[in-house]
Amino acid sequence: MKLRQLVMEKAIVPGLKSSKRDECIGELLDALMKGGAFKPAQRDDFLKAVIKREKKGSTGFGHGVAVPHVKTLEVKKCVAAIGLHHAGLDFNALDRQPVHAIFLLLSPEDRPELHLAAMEGLFSILTQDQFRKFLRQAKTVADVVTLLEEADANPLVR
Amino acid sequence: MWSLCLKKPTPIHWYAKDLKSSRVVILNRLGLHARPAMAFASMAGSFTCSIQVHRMDNQERVDGKSVMQMLMMACTQGTEIEMEADGVDALEAIAALRQLVESKFEEE
Repeated sequence: MKLRQLVMEKAIVPGLKSSKRDECIGELLDALMKGGAFKPAQRDDFLKAVIKREKKGSTGFGHGVAVPHVKTLEVKKCVAAIGLHHAGLDFNALDRQPVHAIFLLLSPEDRPELHLAAMEGLFSILTQDQFRKFLRQAKTVADVVTLLEEADANPLVR
Repeated sequence: MWSLCLKKPTPIHWYAKDLKSSRVVILNRLGLHARPAMAFASMAGSFTCSIQVHRMDNQERVDGKSVMQMLMMACTQGTEIEMEADGVDALEAIAALRQLVESKFEEE
């Protein structure tokens, strides 16, 4: 899974504005929508679905990152947005720490293996201390793109 | 004569008496996605023993107590995994985790 292909460049938001979880998810959905990932009419349904999923159990899996997601038949392949929040957001994370990086993922509902492959791709970089450290220092879309390209070029040695 | 210089091999059970392992197949349709991974990691975390997991087609082990590492295995429906627990409550941990996986994480 190449992260550069998974993450929509137009949906990289280096400075999320809101200090509320749900509004930040909304900002990322807006970015995906403007990038053409889905039709404007679906935006509010997706927001509700993502929040409903968060209520079942936070996707703030620790280390300051969260991976909220929704499965839908409206997309044919996985697409992700990245939002950075410098002050940190309350995401009800497992380790109770604020979240500084949100990876919002839309996956095709009828292809569970694609969703699993996208999650694997995301967590193979998010479990690396170095990557998270550099991501937190990223200030621009170009900074984030460079990090993703570097991660794609140097996959984890397995 | 050389054989006298060789140490007798240590019986495996001598040092691994608390090591238990078990293979199990992921049965639920959606595979080991975020919620099942979380249920697995949180149950694994409730035991004192260490728990390592790997796919049968990949020897790389992940920490069964870490949601993120469990998600890195990308197990789909039908993937066989091996769980290895090491510690005083290893047997109970393996039994509980096996039950969780076999119950399809109570999703279906």
